Amino acid sequence: MSTTRHPGLNLGPHHGEADDTAEVEVFGFWVFMMSDAIIFGLLMATYVVMSGNLNGGPGPRELFELRPVFIETMLLLFSSLTFGFAQIGMKYHPHPARMIIWLLVSVALALIFVGMEVNDFITMAGKGGIPQASGFLSSFYALVPLHGIHVTAACIWALAILGQIAVYGLDDEVKTGMLRLGILWHFLDIVWIGIFSIVYIGGLA
Amino acid sequence: MSDLWSLVFGRLTLDALPVLEIIHATNGRELASGIVGTTAAGLAVLGALYLVYALTKYHLWGPLWRDWLTSVDHKKIGIMYVVLALVMLARALAEAFVMRTQQALGDGGGGLVSNEHFAQLFSTHGTIMIFFMAMPFLTGLINYVMPLQIGSRDVAFPTMNSVSLGFTAAGAVLLMISLVLQPFSTGGWTGYPPFTEAAFNPGPGPDYWIWAVTLSGIGTTLSGINFVVTIYKFRCDGMKLMDMPLFCWTSLCTSILMIFALPPLTVATGLLALDRYLGFHMFTNDGGGNMMNFANLFWLFGHPEVYILILPAFGVYSEVFSTFSSKTLYGYTALVIATMCIAVLSFTVWVHHFFTMGQSANLNAIFGIATMLIGIPTGVKIYDWMLTMYRGRVRMAVPMVYAVAFLILFTIGGLSGILLANPSLDYVMHNTLFLVAHFHNMLIPGLLFGMLAGYTLWFPKAFGFILDPKWGYRAAYLWIAGFVFAFFPLYGLGILGMPRRMAEYFNGAWFPLTLVALLGAVMIIAAFACLCIQLYVSIKNREALAVPMGDPWDSRTLEWAVPAPAPEWNFPATPEVEGRDAFATLKEGGYDLRAPDDGYHDIEMPRNSALGPVLMVGSTAMAFGLVWYMWWLAALGAMVCFAATVACGFRRNTHRIVKAEDVKAEWEAFCALADTTPRIPRSLEQTTQNMGHASPASEEITS
Ligand code: HEM
Repeated sequence: MSTTRHPGLNLGPHHGEADDTAEVEVFGFWVFMMSDAIIFGLLMATYVVMSGNLNGGPGPRELFELRPVFIETMLLLFSSLTFGFAQIGMKYHPHPARMIIWLLVSVALALIFVGMEVNDFITMAGKGGIPQASGFLSSFYALVPLHGIHVTAACIWALAILGQIAVYGLDDEVKTGMLRLGILWHFLDIVWIGIFSIVYIGGLA
Repeated sequence: MSDLWSLVFGRLTLDALPVLEIIHATNGRELASGIVGTTAAGLAVLGALYLVYALTKYHLWGPLWRDWLTSVDHKKIGIMYVVLALVMLARALAEAFVMRTQQALGDGGGGLVSNEHFAQLFSTHGTIMIFFMAMPFLTGLINYVMPLQIGSRDVAFPTMNSVSLGFTAAGAVLLMISLVLQPFSTGGWTGYPPFTEAAFNPGPGPDYWIWAVTLSGIGTTLSGINFVVTIYKFRCDGMKLMDMPLFCWTSLCTSILMIFALPPLTVATGLLALDRYLGFHMFTNDGGGNMMNFANLFWLFGHPEVYILILPAFGVYSEVFSTFSSKTLYGYTALVIATMCIAVLSFTVWVHHFFTMGQSANLNAIFGIATMLIGIPTGVKIYDWMLTMYRGRVRMAVPMVYAVAFLILFTIGGLSGILLANPSLDYVMHNTLFLVAHFHNMLIPGLLFGMLAGYTLWFPKAFGFILDPKWGYRAAYLWIAGFVFAFFPLYGLGILGMPRRMAEYFNGAWFPLTLVALLGAVMIIAAFACLCIQLYVSIKNREALAVPMGDPWDSRTLEWAVPAPAPEWNFPATPEVEGRDAFATLKEGGYDLRAPDDGYHDIEMPRNSALGPVLMVGSTAMAFGLVWYMWWLAALGAMVCFAATVACGFRRNTHRIVKAEDVKAEWEAFCALADTTPRIPRSLEQTTQNMGHASPASEEITS
């Protein structure tokens, strides 16, 4: 369609200038995501190479538990869904209320995810699964928490956007900011799917 | 050491001062070493103090802040990058000179710097030359030239551009600090663990290296994103991708490489930092670490990196050959395809940097062949450039001298690379000065000459006057001769088996050639001095050398269609072009100085932003704190960066308007000047008669 300016959710012509500027901003952010994807890809590859280096320490079977990780996965996926609702709310409703609510829900889900993840790490550490224990655990802790940090950063960004709405209302910058944050949000899902399959399922298989 | 001291200063003590090497010296060489180090540190401190003094005395802090540091104009950012590159070049050259002197005196264990000091020298020299000389130089040129060439007003994300500069500068500042608060890493520019792990190198050296390189890497990634988006989205009407000047093509490929190749570096240094700070076992000898991961990650960055370095230089040479042969570029399409091939192939050869590190012969063979393949697109380019000169009206202006020297010397360097690409030969040659000769042979005639040619070519566009050609020739010839003397002997030394990174040796057979190489280094220092004199003389004679009409070399691309120096809004109206060599076409039709078709309009320009300089200070503080374990400073720096970034999101009203009247007045004054400025033929282009108004090449050829 000729009104599509970039992959993903488009604001559409009735958003005027926000729609115009989105083309460049969103494209730029896609490119940025590509370089971030390389970082995660390399860390996953490194993890795979290192996953046998147990150094006599605990391995995946002793350390990983699938149940909390599965719940985390669901939380993250649902937060992507609710984030989508927030974006649709922004696109079709001039008043930001709907968008704010869905955004808050997304942030809440993501923060529960981070909390559970930290809890996993603490449990692991209790069983001797600390990064200093082996090459395997070092590469685990280089990869998985980096994703958690990304999620936290995305939440902070979401809160900053809410702050901007409080000050300026739903203006053009907020809208393009939401489009970019959306890409990050979904991207982090994809990365998590990778982590879930390679690290957790792969480790327990 | 008291608790309070270490709370504030971490592990920083007076031992970090280089004077201590003098005090603790036990023999003549250590004494000399201390004096060299102290002098260098003293010069750095004096330079900084003088800068502060001069800025205060002439009340320049305000203008510096308003017109430069917070500016987001791509042209000013470009200029700042190049200034940074030249300053760092001076330091790295001085270090190269000291190293050459040391190796010439090192036979039998003599010399003027200690082994430890020598190791720091090749580490800083390599790190600076790659990350803080070459990268800023090419980023600066791309920044200045590329938006003008595609008829854009700025890059896609002007504030992010200033942030990139800020991160790069922060890394450079860290390296300058390491001169005063020592030591720097002794791990070379590659920083291989396990040598750089805490087990062997607990001191601050590798940490300096890690953070300097990481900061510059982040800055470079952001630059790459910026350039790519600019080229894809900001071309003026009618400029198709296949109509772009070749410099834009090479900028595009370089930027793509920046986006994909810098992340591996960030991962490598980041993981090394985890090892060093938190006791991880990524690359350690014990605990299940695997050093080969570092080698792979580093060279997954490192090899594309050398193409990041060379491609923009290829772009400059393309512009130079075509301009100074008064011909359109021969084989444009082939050059574009070759550039793309090189960019892709650059990701397929990284293993050739460690043929000897234990993988199977078959794997080595594959990577050896892949490496040799790169010779093909590069060879295509060499022929295209030669054919551009063929039957052209070749003028040996200063940039052309560099370009012709490049053609010959680069080919030689390329051939030595083909030799090294053969794993069985590499087993014999690796880690010798043969390799050092090879990569300097690519980097100096390739990258550095290209940058210097570009600097000479575009200087008048940036400042409104050409660089004095007499000193330009002297510099160019000295560079060329100096390079030959300094590095061709190294091929011989390599074949004689002299290892790289060696401060002292006991083999008289190596001595004569190291002496020749020292002579070359002297010539190179003289060449750099000529560049400095050239700049000084040209600034002094700037009135006579002025080229206000903006087209001193009868060039063919859009950046020459505007006055020199270029106005901040670049073009009175975004241009509309057709075909390649847009400006040449305009000139042939006599349309080069037209008023915009549909009148003048208000122009929206981005406002200044303090984000770049604030992030620079914040990240420098953070890195410095991390190096010396001053945790409060690291936290403070991180907080500043974080707060500034969030606050930046709250900025609104980021544009200001340049009024149509003002644009009109400035542009009409320029057009009026054209009426009174004589057009000059090419034979006078390097004289003071050149006012930047070229007579059309077609007329000259027939007359
Ligand atoms: C122009 C004159 C230059 C001279 C005289 C010079 C000299 C040297 C010397 C003596 C070494 C140490 C060799 C050894 O290991 O024994 C060296 C290393 C190196 N140089 Fe240069 N160099 C010059 C320019 C450059 C340039 C322009 C670049 C890059 C853009 C560069 C990049 C490097 C690198 C990467 C190393 C390796 C450092 C390491 O061993 O880790 N050099 N150079």
